[in-house]
Amino acid sequence: MKLQKGTSLALYSTLEFAANPGRSVSAAEIAAKYGVSIHHLSKVLAELARAGLLDSVRGVGGGYRFSGNAKRVTLMDVIELFEPVGEPPGEAPHNEVEAAFSEVLSEIDETARATFRSITIETMLKLIERRRRGGEETASRPALEMEGK
Amino acid sequence: MKRPANGSAIQIRPAEPADLGQVIAIDAEVTGLEKTDYWYEVFHRYGAARTRQRLFLVAEVAGSVEGFVVGEVRDWEFGSPPCGWVFGIDVRPGSRLGGVGTRLLEALCDGFRHAGVDTVRTLVARENGLVLSFFRSQGMMAAGVIALEKSLE
Repeated sequence: MKLQKGTSLALYSTLEFAANPGRSVSAAEIAAKYGVSIHHLSKVLAELARAGLLDSVRGVGGGYRFSGNAKRVTLMDVIELFEPVGEPPGEAPHNEVEAAFSEVLSEIDETARATFRSITIETMLKLIERRRRGGEETASRPALEMEGK
Repeated sequence: MKRPANGSAIQIRPAEPADLGQVIAIDAEVTGLEKTDYWYEVFHRYGAARTRQRLFLVAEVAGSVEGFVVGEVRDWEFGSPPCGWVFGIDVRPGSRLGGVGTRLLEALCDGFRHAGVDTVRTLVARENGLVLSFFRSQGMMAAGVIALEKSLE
């Protein structure tokens, strides 16, 4: 499954901020880590702040700080801010072939939604830590696939 | 010994007949259904006839049962090598987020390890976000199996 570039950035950023609770992290720091433009990232961070997941910190050393509840906020809460996950097609199937395919695709979408809904930011941080300890993290580049919008 | 939010120690031990009333009450509070016969049958199979492969554990806090877990090692179930299955886990809503569920699952997994298996598995309804999130928080990931069903009507 592929997420749009902005959605992936939002997830990585949320995890970066949540991993450093209380610390103000600058957009430039995250942009450099993930190799993206500050301009694009700023829009993403502004949306996360609007949703109450980040607090903006002004002044020297300013940036953003995580303000959500890592035990409660799920991956789905972040993803839904940027793109729909498995929304039903706008128009009804024209025949039984389309209807049958639609049924199978719905099954996949349901599983994807349930998975995103069940993984909290805290669980994700534990998963990242486990991979770090296991030496499975091969690079600082994100593991999820990113797709240009 | 780990303590829940109210400071009392959590004791994990095998279920006893005297615990069934509280187990039934917790399940009824969580699911909205009182399944007395079902729980007596579960106790008969997993509690009274306890073996290394079948476990029915309760979490006791200050003399009160605050949660329970039921599981079993099954050999070659669905074609897979022996592994531990968690059939049910519940924590009294007022005692959640205090480590009761984590201690129950850890104790069950210890029992499974003692029985010689290295994998634990469960099935959860997609809609049951609370329990799904709990198992995810314990490090469980999607298994390499897909649950299938068909209406017989």
